[in-house]
Amino acid sequence: MKPRTLYDKIWDEHVIDRSEDGTCLIYIDRHLVHEVTSPQAFEGLRMTGRKVRRPEATLAVMDHNVPTTDRTQPIVEEESRIQVDTLRENCKEFGVQLFDLTDVRQGIVHIIGPEQGFTQPGMTIVCGDSHTSTHGAFGALAFGIGTSEVEHVLATQTLIQKKSKNMRISVNGKLSPGVTAKDMILAIIGEIGTAGGNGYVIEYAGEAVRALSMEGRMTMCNMSIEGGARAGLIAADETTFAYIKGRPLAPKAGHWDKAVSYWKTFFSDDGAEYDKEVALKAEDIPPIVTWGTTPEDVVPITGTVPSPADFTDPNKKASVERMLAYMGLTPGTKMTDIPVDKVFIGSCTNARIEDLREVAKVVEGKKVAATVEAMVVPGSGLVKKQAEEEGIAAILIEAGFDWREPGCSMCLGMNPDQLKPGERCASTSNRNFEGRQGRGGRTHLLSPAMAAAAAITGKLTDVREL
Amino acid sequence: MEPFSKLSGTAAPLDMINIDTDIIIPKQFLKTVKRTGLGVSAFYNLRYDDNGKENPDFVLNKPEYRNAQILITGENFGCGSSREHAPWAILDMGIRCIIASSYADIFYNNSFKNGILPVILPQEQVDQLMQEAKDHPEVTLEVDLEKQTVTRGNKFSFSFEIDPFRKRCLLNGLDDIGLTLEKNSKIGSFEQKRAAEKPWL
Repeated sequence: MKPRTLYDKIWDEHVIDRSEDGTCLIYIDRHLVHEVTSPQAFEGLRMTGRKVRRPEATLAVMDHNVPTTDRTQPIVEEESRIQVDTLRENCKEFGVQLFDLTDVRQGIVHIIGPEQGFTQPGMTIVCGDSHTSTHGAFGALAFGIGTSEVEHVLATQTLIQKKSKNMRISVNGKLSPGVTAKDMILAIIGEIGTAGGNGYVIEYAGEAVRALSMEGRMTMCNMSIEGGARAGLIAADETTFAYIKGRPLAPKAGHWDKAVSYWKTFFSDDGAEYDKEVALKAEDIPPIVTWGTTPEDVVPITGTVPSPADFTDPNKKASVERMLAYMGLTPGTKMTDIPVDKVFIGSCTNARIEDLREVAKVVEGKKVAATVEAMVVPGSGLVKKQAEEEGIAAILIEAGFDWREPGCSMCLGMNPDQLKPGERCASTSNRNFEGRQGRGGRTHLLSPAMAAAAAITGKLTDVREL
Repeated sequence: MEPFSKLSGTAAPLDMINIDTDIIIPKQFLKTVKRTGLGVSAFYNLRYDDNGKENPDFVLNKPEYRNAQILITGENFGCGSSREHAPWAILDMGIRCIIASSYADIFYNNSFKNGILPVILPQEQVDQLMQEAKDHPEVTLEVDLEKQTVTRGNKFSFSFEIDPFRKRCLLNGLDDIGLTLEKNSKIGSFEQKRAAEKPWL
C-alpha cells in the first residue's frame, strides 16, 4: 500500500461514499455547538421536521456572547440573551447536552471539548467556528463549518466534502527560553502568509512540536486557520494519551487499551508524500508580536514597525499603508516603544491552565502599570477553578488583573468586553483584524508571557528582558 | 436555495486584499437568530461613519454601484471566521456573484450553500475587470454559470473553473441535506460497523 499521511488515514477512515468526481460523503464523529452559529440550523431542522441524528455525539455550550461578570445576574443585552435562551431551548427540544451558564464545565467551546475528553485522536470533529482546528492537536481531523453545514451534520452526522491537499510544516530543534508555541505559530503564519494554507490541511511535525504539551499543541493548531488552513494536525503520542486518560468522556477502562491501539495507527507513514513542505528552525524563532491587521504581519519583539517601501507587491503595499494608518503606527518605531492601554489574556488560543501559569510566573510580585487595564478570562469554569486552587488567581489579582468568568470575551468583543476606538491592546487571542476587538480598536497578538510583560511595563516588552 | 444560472449586472470594484469576515459583517450583527436582514449591515465599518451615517467614499455607497449584483475584489476574500452571516449579508444586499483570484476555504464553501457564485479568475484578469469596473461602471458584466464564462460586452470573455458537483447544486438550487439523506442506508451501515468495532466512539 502507498504510504499515507496522517490526514490521508483519518480521511480514508471516514469516507462513506465517493462520487466519480471525487466528492465524498464523510462521517462526523463529534459535533460541538454554540449559540451564535446554530440558531438558524436548528430552525432549519424544525422547518423540515428533521431530528438530530446523534444527540450523544453532539455537545453544546454558550461562549461567544456571554458576559464575563457575575453569572447569577441575567444577561443585560437583549439580543445576546435571546441567542443564549434560544440555544437552551433548542438543546432541550432536540435532546442535546448543554453546559449552561452556571455549570462549572461551561467555557469556550474549543477548551471544553478537550477538557471533557470529547476530543480524541483519529476522529472527525466539526463546529460552526473556524477555530475548531484547535482539536487537531489530538491527531483528530477538526475544522470549522458554516451554519448550513451545522444543520447538515445535525441531521445526517455527515458532510459532503472534497479532500484537501497535504502540507507538512516541521519545526526542528529546540525553542529558546521565553519562546512559546504561540511564537512558533505566529512565525509560521508570517512565513506562509494568511492565505498560504488555503486548500490544505497542515500537519505540524519536528522536535519542537513533539516537545510541546497538549496546551501548546492546541495553541498551534488553533491558529492554522489564520494561515488559511481549515485544519491543523499533530499526530497523537504518549503526551496525548496521558492528557485524555481519566477525563469524563474518555474511553472507559474496558475500552481504553483498545482505543489507544486504534489511536496509535494514526501517524504519517515513512515516505508519505506532501503537496507542500515547509521547515523552520526552532532556534531562529524569537518572541513575536503582530504590527498590522492580518496575522501574517509579524515582527520579532526586537524589531521595528515596517514601512510600505519594504514590500514589493503593489496590493500588499497599499494594504500596509492602510494598516499603519489604522494601527496608528509610524514605520521605524521600535516595537518595544509602543505603549498599550489594555491587556487581554484569554481566548481559545491561550486561556488554558498552562497559559495562566505562564502569566503568573511573569507577574508574581509585580504590579500592572497604572496606565493599563488588564483582564484575564479563563477558558472554562474548570480552568478558573484550577487556577484558583493553584493560587494563580491570587497572584494575578494581587498584581492588579481583573479576574473574570469564562467565555470568548474580548477575542471578538461580542459581549461587553471591547476596545474603544483608538485603544491599543496586547492580546493573547488569534485575530488582529480591523474592528475585531471593538470598532477602531488596535490589536497586537502575542504569547501569554509577552502579554503579561506588557501589562507590567505598560508597553510591548521582550519578556526575556523583564 | 435560489438557483443560479446566468447573471447580468453592475460590477462594483472593492479593491482591497484579505477582506476578512469581521469586515464583511462585524460581530454586533451576529446576534440574530435569522438568516435575513443583514444586508443593511454588510461592510458596516467601511460603509458607515462613527455616527452611523453613510460614508460617501465607500464604493458600494456610490450611486453608480449601489445596485451592484457582482463584486470584484482582492485575493483571499472572506478570510477569518466561519460565520455564514458573511454570505448571508452579502446576498441580502443583492450581490449574487463575487470575482476574485482566491477565497478563504470556509467562506467559499458557505457561498455555494446560499446561491452565491464565487468566481475564481487569475489575478491579471481580476485586475483588468477591476479597472474596467472603476472606469466604466455603466457597462454590465455577464456571468454565465452553465458556460463558465465572465463576459464584458465584446471586450473581455474569461472562462473559469468550477467543481462539477457544486455547479450542479447551484444551477438547480439543490438542497444538500436532501441529497445526503438519499444515502441514508449507507450512513446507517457505516455507523453500525463503526459502533461494533469501536464501541467507545
